[in-house]
Amino acid sequence: MDDFLTAFLNVEIVREAWPILWQGFLYTLALSAITVPLGMVGGVILALLSTAGPRGIRWAAAAWTDLFRAIPPLVLLVFLYAGLPFAGLDVGAWGAVAIGFFLNTGAYYGEVLRAGIGSVPRGQVEAARSTGLSQAQALAHVVLPQAVRNVLPDLVSNTLEVVKLTSIASVVALPELLFQARQAQNATYNATPIVAAAIAYFLLLWPLVRLISRLENKAMAGR
Amino acid sequence: MPVSADAPRPIVDARGLWKRYGALTVLHGVDLSVAERELVFIIGPSGSGKSTLLRCLNRLEEPDDGSIHVDGIELLSPKTDINAARRRIGMVFQSFNLYPHMTARQNVMLALRKVLGKSRDEADSIAAAALHRVGLGERMDHHPAQLSGGQQQRVAIARAIALEPRVMLFDEPTSALDPELVGGVLNVMRELRESGMTMVVVSHEMAFARAAADRVVFMADGQKLEEGPPAQIFGDPQHERTRAFIRQIDRH
Ligand SMILES: Nc1ncnc2c1ncn2[C@@H]1O[C@H](COP(=O)(O)OP(=O)(O)O)[C@@H](O)[C@H]1O
Ligand SMILES: [Mg+2]
Repeated sequence: MDDFLTAFLNVEIVREAWPILWQGFLYTLALSAITVPLGMVGGVILALLSTAGPRGIRWAAAAWTDLFRAIPPLVLLVFLYAGLPFAGLDVGAWGAVAIGFFLNTGAYYGEVLRAGIGSVPRGQVEAARSTGLSQAQALAHVVLPQAVRNVLPDLVSNTLEVVKLTSIASVVALPELLFQARQAQNATYNATPIVAAAIAYFLLLWPLVRLISRLENKAMAGR
Repeated sequence: MPVSADAPRPIVDARGLWKRYGALTVLHGVDLSVAERELVFIIGPSGSGKSTLLRCLNRLEEPDDGSIHVDGIELLSPKTDINAARRRIGMVFQSFNLYPHMTARQNVMLALRKVLGKSRDEADSIAAAALHRVGLGERMDHHPAQLSGGQQQRVAIARAIALEPRVMLFDEPTSALDPELVGGVLNVMRELRESGMTMVVVSHEMAFARAAADRVVFMADGQKLEEGPPAQIFGDPQHERTRAFIRQIDRH
């Protein structure tokens, strides 16, 4: 038991690694604050193009979405970071993360939002148009608010996955939580920093998990 | 075009409307003219093109051929701002199509704010007046889900009339309602008619047609087969299809 505590839950090690872990935690927050909005913007654009665009554009948006859902995000990130420089294009670690998440998470948010838009009966758009609202106004005021509400549990779930996925930024040497935990582990020869990182993720994401459950229960009750 | 008192310009003037869905021709060169303050009733078997005709009149459907003037505006011209034109044409749907995430008041206010550009206060008082007019003054802050079908349809009417349209189109406004809720909606339509609103109504409410319509149009297979005053269409129909249709309706 003592061995277990020494290896995994060593208070002394936590104290020692605290500053670097805390910095990693802040990086993870910053990465989330960048990748979630970027993914949502990408998702809204894709959802709009694939539902309200002309036929050719709709098809292209669907193909784009398929492509970036099929490519593993880690592969995409490594390609952007380590592959693009061979074409003389160095976007850097932050650039690679921003572009990669925009492409990957955008495709996922796009699918969720597309389903939400599809859940709004067509008659409501016709009613809105019949009062003189433009297509864009009908989307903004009638369709999107309901679309978002109808798929809110899925949107929050997706956000949860995006925050977890920020840990892949460690492979391009961005000092986020996992990266810093590995550094601390190497410096202390102890697994406690990894456990501390897991606990930090849990504390950060558990409220979101609860929120999803509540939203899902509410959606079920509403049905 | 000279305008004289005895030949007023029609509010709706549709000529030679053709509409096809692939190989299926739904409208075969239909004409429809509606004078100011007139209530035209359209009847006919299911699938005869009544909804399609009505939906062409505000360009929710694009006719393949023909011309439509509403209040003097050439509706099908590419130069026409269709969103501006649609403010003059109110439409009420069988399935109400209220916005479920908004209260009754907000349903009515949306186009007042976004299309007519009214201030919030102004839109609010116009919406309140429209909802009072349809008998829902007490229910303005309810959401559609908290209203009966009849009340929802009255909100939909309020949403349309708040924009002060020149003509109102009704597509089977009472067909989705429980029988005991039909009367409330018809009363609102009757009141509208008495206030001088120009109306085109697709409906199976023959008693209402007899009492309120100026003219009844019978459609079958995408064509206007017969039209005339209600007494003539219901009492002495000329066309065999009309006779058969009215016999069948009367049996219900
Ligand atoms: N969007 C559409 N695509 C294909 N066929 C349609 C469409 N809308 C209507 N139709 C067809 O057009 C015909 C007339 O329909 P409609 O105007 O709704 O008739 P009514 O309102 O008189 O019942 C029907 O045969 C219907 O199936
Ligand atoms: Mg119909």
